[in-house]
Amino acid sequence: MKLFSRMSDIARSPGDPVVITPGPSVKPAADQMARGLGWFSLALGAFELAAPRTITRFLGMEGHENLIRAYGAREIAAGMTSLSTEKELGLWSRVFGDALDIATLMAACRYSNPKRENVALALAVVVGITLLDLGSANAQTMTHSRRKGRHRDYSDRSGFPGGAIMARGKALERQRSETTGAIR
Amino acid sequence: MRALVWHGKEDIRCDEVTDPEIEDPRDAIIRVTSCAICGSDLHLYHNFIPAMMPGDIVGHEMMGEVVEVGSGAAGSLKKGDRIVVPFTIFCGECIQCQRGNYSVCQRSNRKKEFADKVYGHSTAGLFGYSHLTGGYPGGQAEYLRVPFADKTHIKVPDGIPDETLLFLGDIFPTGWQAAVQCDIQPTDTVAVWGCGPVGQMAIRSAILLGAKQVIAIDRLPERLSMAEAGGAIPINFAEESVIERLNDLTNGQGPEKCIDAVGTESHVSFKHPDTIVDRVMQMNMLSSDRPHVLREMIYVCQPGGILSIPGVYGGIVNQFPFGLVMNKGLTIRTGQTHVNRWTDELLRMIEDKLIDPSFVVTHTADLADGPDLYRIFRDKQDSCIKVVLKP
Ligand SMILES: [Zn+2]
Ligand SMILES: [Zn+2]
Repeated sequence: MKLFSRMSDIARSPGDPVVITPGPSVKPAADQMARGLGWFSLALGAFELAAPRTITRFLGMEGHENLIRAYGAREIAAGMTSLSTEKELGLWSRVFGDALDIATLMAACRYSNPKRENVALALAVVVGITLLDLGSANAQTMTHSRRKGRHRDYSDRSGFPGGAIMARGKALERQRSETTGAIR
Repeated sequence: MRALVWHGKEDIRCDEVTDPEIEDPRDAIIRVTSCAICGSDLHLYHNFIPAMMPGDIVGHEMMGEVVEVGSGAAGSLKKGDRIVVPFTIFCGECIQCQRGNYSVCQRSNRKKEFADKVYGHSTAGLFGYSHLTGGYPGGQAEYLRVPFADKTHIKVPDGIPDETLLFLGDIFPTGWQAAVQCDIQPTDTVAVWGCGPVGQMAIRSAILLGAKQVIAIDRLPERLSMAEAGGAIPINFAEESVIERLNDLTNGQGPEKCIDAVGTESHVSFKHPDTIVDRVMQMNMLSSDRPHVLREMIYVCQPGGILSIPGVYGGIVNQFPFGLVMNKGLTIRTGQTHVNRWTDELLRMIEDKLIDPSFVVTHTADLADGPDLYRIFRDKQDSCIKVVLKP
């Protein structure tokens, strides 16, 4: 980032201030977490779209490549949303996606599946990620909730020292008296 | 000096930067005594305005004391003068400036060639608002260089607090211009979408200009309470249907005049499916703006009425019902504010105690707390409506 900001100084003229030392980032931990999970979602989604067969073979789910591709598209949508200003929606949609993943893996965890151990391993990983997603979706909601801080009532702030009723049409009256004054 | 610097999406920091220097004889430098965070700064914060670069100082609402004057500005400014800086930089000499169209000054945008390509014809230079508008450093800083300073200033008297005068540089004339553009008649209903700082100023301006009734639309109770205090009838769009209420209040005719003080970032909600579509298109760069308010205004406005748009839009607007505008014969008036066209009259109203714009200030803090307050203002926490920062 520092290099980038040095590069963008080319766009400035000699009298413009340039950064000497950047201040601390005040990004809440919840936002940094969302960013990490967003990129993870994008990477996983891209992998699911590009190499569904690798995944189905690993899980003994051959023939379900299109399902994996659809899940990849879902991951990418959730990733983009988590990286946007709609982080809260993005993270909660990840939690929803995790539930789908878990249901799918549970279904694949049959005795007849020779790759059952792989499925169990994947299930453990997904459950871990789900907990992480739940935690950060919750933190996101809490951090940006409007409920934080005081709730104030501003019904005493009319902005008109003489009151709102007195103020009605006053600027118009002034404009009129000034023009007639000028004509006189 | 210290300044609030844009580092990327949702990343504004209080950095140590070099001091500004006079570059041109018409420049002046001020020591900023107060500056404010504007609703349109949030579009930068969200990275919805193109051509921001890491290292850009933000802020376009500021006032202070003149500490250095170039030879070309010495005739109209001197050290020690107290000035409010208008957010639109203007030369005062080009054809547009002669017409009073200061926000489209032809000479103050120093990245004119770039902006001409994007916009067809460039607009004026603005402080702290991307390289499309000149890439001028903003005023959320201890010091600010004011280009074309012989013209680009509003001299203000001592003895009136900063908070009362500061908003002459942007939101007060912006709300005022929005109301003036409505050409308000004594029989008019003026509906104002958005009760942020500009909406609050537009409400008061419409009252001062003699509207029969002013209606304020928002979803935050604290903002609606402030709007009501200013003489408006509140509509909470989270609880009631805006279209129905507006028709009720106007005997089914719809308001004659509509003001959009929301702009490109309409509230996204599942109650209004078009806002979801807009947000998805925006995320995929198929559309740059979310015009839910515009659509609602066009739909509810009385035929032959006026839509006044002080809200900021960035580029391409999707699903815009232009057929309704045409068939209903609506007039659309918009633009960045020609600040200095209005400030003489507005300053006199302040001096005569007709209005005191400081009512809108809910938070005052040190410049170093600016980055946190950007977030609090964006998240609408702590009943935050307007933040003033003291460098
Ligand atoms: Zn502004
Ligand atoms: Zn000009």
